[in-house]
Amino acid sequence: MRDQRSSFERAPAGGRASSAPVLSKGDEPTIFELSVPSRTSWSLRNTNIPEYPLEELVPAEHLRSTPPDLAEVSERDLVAHFTRLSQRQYSVDTGAYPLGSCTMKYNPKVCDAIAALSGLADVHPASPPSCTQGWLRLFVELEEVLCEITGMAAVTMQPAAGAAGELTGLLLMRAWHESLSSRRHRVIIPDSAHGTNPASVALAGYEVTTVASDSRGCVDLERLREVLDDDVAGIMLTNPNTLGLFEEDIIDIAAAAHDVGALLYYDGANLNAILGVTRPGDMGFDIVHLNLHKTFATPHGGGGPGAGPVAVSERLVEFLPGPRPVRLLEPVGRQVAPLPHTAGPDSAALATRDSLPSAGPDGTNGQTSHGYREGDRFGWSTPERSIGRMHSWHGNALVLARAYAYILANGADGLRRVADMAVLNANWLRKRLRGVYDMPYDRPVMHELVVSAARLRKLYGVKAVDVAKRLLEEGFHSPTVAFPLIVDDALMIEPTETESPQTVAALAEAMERIAAEVAEDNGAHDARLAPRTTPVGRVDEALAARKLVPTWDLRERQQTAG
Amino acid sequence: MTSWAPHTPAEIDEMLAFIGVSSLDELFRAVPASLRLATGLSIPDGIGEPDLMAYFQELAAANAPIGRDLVCFAGGGAYDHEVPAVTKALASRSEFVTAYTPYQAEVAQGVLQALFEYQTMVARLAGLEVANASLYDGAHALVEAVNLAVAATGRSAVWVSEGVNPRWRENLITIARARSESHVIHIVPLEQGVGVTSWSTRESSADATSEPPAAIVVANPNFLGCLEDMERASALASAHGAELIVAFDPITAGIIESPGSAGASVAVGEGQALGAPLSFGGPYLGLFACSMEHVRRIPGRIVGQTVDVDSRTAYVTTLRAREQDIRRERASSNVCTNETLLAIGAAVQMAWLGTSGLAEIALRSARGARYCREALLGIPGVRLAATAPTVREFAVCAPVSGEVIVDRMLDEGFLAGVALTREIAPQGFEGGLLVAVTERRTRAEIDAFAAAFEKAVSL
Repeated sequence: MRDQRSSFERAPAGGRASSAPVLSKGDEPTIFELSVPSRTSWSLRNTNIPEYPLEELVPAEHLRSTPPDLAEVSERDLVAHFTRLSQRQYSVDTGAYPLGSCTMKYNPKVCDAIAALSGLADVHPASPPSCTQGWLRLFVELEEVLCEITGMAAVTMQPAAGAAGELTGLLLMRAWHESLSSRRHRVIIPDSAHGTNPASVALAGYEVTTVASDSRGCVDLERLREVLDDDVAGIMLTNPNTLGLFEEDIIDIAAAAHDVGALLYYDGANLNAILGVTRPGDMGFDIVHLNLHKTFATPHGGGGPGAGPVAVSERLVEFLPGPRPVRLLEPVGRQVAPLPHTAGPDSAALATRDSLPSAGPDGTNGQTSHGYREGDRFGWSTPERSIGRMHSWHGNALVLARAYAYILANGADGLRRVADMAVLNANWLRKRLRGVYDMPYDRPVMHELVVSAARLRKLYGVKAVDVAKRLLEEGFHSPTVAFPLIVDDALMIEPTETESPQTVAALAEAMERIAAEVAEDNGAHDARLAPRTTPVGRVDEALAARKLVPTWDLRERQQTAG
Repeated sequence: MTSWAPHTPAEIDEMLAFIGVSSLDELFRAVPASLRLATGLSIPDGIGEPDLMAYFQELAAANAPIGRDLVCFAGGGAYDHEVPAVTKALASRSEFVTAYTPYQAEVAQGVLQALFEYQTMVARLAGLEVANASLYDGAHALVEAVNLAVAATGRSAVWVSEGVNPRWRENLITIARARSESHVIHIVPLEQGVGVTSWSTRESSADATSEPPAAIVVANPNFLGCLEDMERASALASAHGAELIVAFDPITAGIIESPGSAGASVAVGEGQALGAPLSFGGPYLGLFACSMEHVRRIPGRIVGQTVDVDSRTAYVTTLRAREQDIRRERASSNVCTNETLLAIGAAVQMAWLGTSGLAEIALRSARGARYCREALLGIPGVRLAATAPTVREFAVCAPVSGEVIVDRMLDEGFLAGVALTREIAPQGFEGGLLVAVTERRTRAEIDAFAAAFEKAVSL
């Protein structure tokens, strides 16, 4: 029978909340299904510019035959669609996110408000320095505080994320060795390292040597010494490591590396645990990358943007990517003698108290309230032996601004409190979950803990991933699953400092409940079916890879093909 | 101090007691005493939100932003296109902003579906079959494309047009230098006065003794705004069995032949113009699309459509075996964190523009650029630095250098363009000025700009 309906009656409705989780579990149509030819949302300036025909502007051979087909929707349907998508998304603002190694702490709203200031957000990156003094000052001041936090001599802001920071650091390592006419081929990485480490090593043209962890979950110093020789360019370490454990032998590791002329690289993924407690520079690290989107609370955006500045010791400064924001005049003001822990050739010249902004009104001696002489100027400078450029422009500036705001708001006292509360939460949780889940490296942790679901798997057939999916039903994001690789069926839990004791307790209860349930009738079965309360149930990952559908057009083509 | 850690002193004591330690310091006993900071960090103590905001307002006041202080005629890889309230509102939904990478697909359908739609739109813009879920910026996309071509062909030579954004080229060379055996970058200069790639140098040298390239890289439009002879670039790539990598622009893509239809197997681009503010250069958005044959070499994340246990439509990151966390040193790239939020914003922006809107802003930009170019060329002593056809951006020479013009025009309230300084200018184009005109520039602004320009170029 012929369909008597109008054409629009057969299409999905844009303004119908068919998918909002509070209302139903229906699919959300794609924007392409909501598209209706000739419908528009756009609205542009009235410019009064002569309407030259396209053919007069661009020679025919360069023209596209038809414009690219994009969705054609009303603004109302566009807003409904993306708002509904956002309601199908878990986030820190929705609830706790104890995703190990990712430091999913609360992202302060004031930092977003700062990044939205027109005087920061609307600056063209090619503007001459006279138009960007605020930005340059921000970069220089952020560099100074990051030097103090890490115990290093200088920082490049260019790397856009942690992995970009790793690659930058490895290129600096290469430049350093080449400057000594030393050709080295290998970089040592512990078996507990993040996957980005070996991938970055390969990109930097080095070979990976993996060193096994010892029975305590730390770098095995003896085995490390066995693989260390003058072919080793460097060692990449995370400290605390991915088991949440502090590498207690770090001083000896640094000495062993330096004895063979290798450099020590610090992966900053876990810096949150040691803010204001100890510093990579004091441990002997030569290169440090930071994940501002972890430690310094810039929001992760569903997968990015991040920022991965790289801090280096004095001897590597001349190799940093350029151009670098620099202060053209020295700050005036009282030079504070270096504190005992900062004494040393690498750090004495940097980050005195008076060179940093303070909130107090202090207009004396011709200074602004922030310790700067009115005439302070900032500009660009490229280090003499710079490795080159690691970003299209200067780095992820708006992420850097957020991180700097976070650091200033916390201050020295607040940053130490960050580490204290992060470690307190993790150790409380560890104590609470002991005996409930196996802990292969059972000793006090720093900011995160790793438990194993291996016993649940052997007894009940319930894997770490099942526990993770059950936790989603309990209203928590799941921990990191199956990492680090050296723990059988790992669950890596990082509560972060911004979760209250009540929330951490609720997480512990949920994990206890799950462990108890899987031992009961049907409990294991239910766990393997989880999650059932989420916008979709367990997703078929194998199908996604086997029958790849990365775009709407390929889906249409496959459906047409049958 | 401002602290976002909520613990009360009583709660801290209770937790310490439960753990079985007597102080917070004791939690750090694994840290050797010699490494502990005796007196804490030497930075000021924390401040409250109002003081914090006041300080950053002061920093912001020390800049000259577009809109408030300057009318923007600068491009060079960062453009002042319209960003409507709806894009800002949807891209700042905190569920998107504060989520992590969608590792748990069941609670990440929002980000995953938005990325699926983004991938579809980028693939359509590029005229290729598949796009990834974003890279850092244009430079990063270029680097990854070259890595893909080198891996796919097993060759090492890469011919890169000097018309590719100089900062991207510098990033490529910085990284390629570390792998000089597998990555040999040859820069192919631009034709003097014309501004398009002078492939003839490569066409004649391509004898049996020189190694065939893994890839030929060309930007269209190029850094000087010029439209390249894509047929020639494509023929050269075909003749050598090389990948054709095209750096394209997502706005001019509304009217210009797509990379895919020009023969590209990989397209890269800077996506900032799709809904992101100028942001002093970041975070931006690396666009990456390629043909299906390369799908297993794509860098970074790809979202695929699939089903859940109840056969409902669902989305998930797929072909994960390419990625660093699985394959480690054999991964196709080291990228982990990317620019997802910018990609979601770009998807919103592209849907807001729609088919007609993207073509419209490309056309309006081209009209504005034509009007501006004619006005500037009417000024004595001003001529085109490159005569090839352009769309939104063009390069001029004047009796004074681009740097001087930019400097002089600041006081008149214009960011006059991107000066072609020695550091960034393609060979032979030093001293010029690159002028970009978007759909946001009005006739009145351009008239005032031309008048100020005439004053600025007088010696």
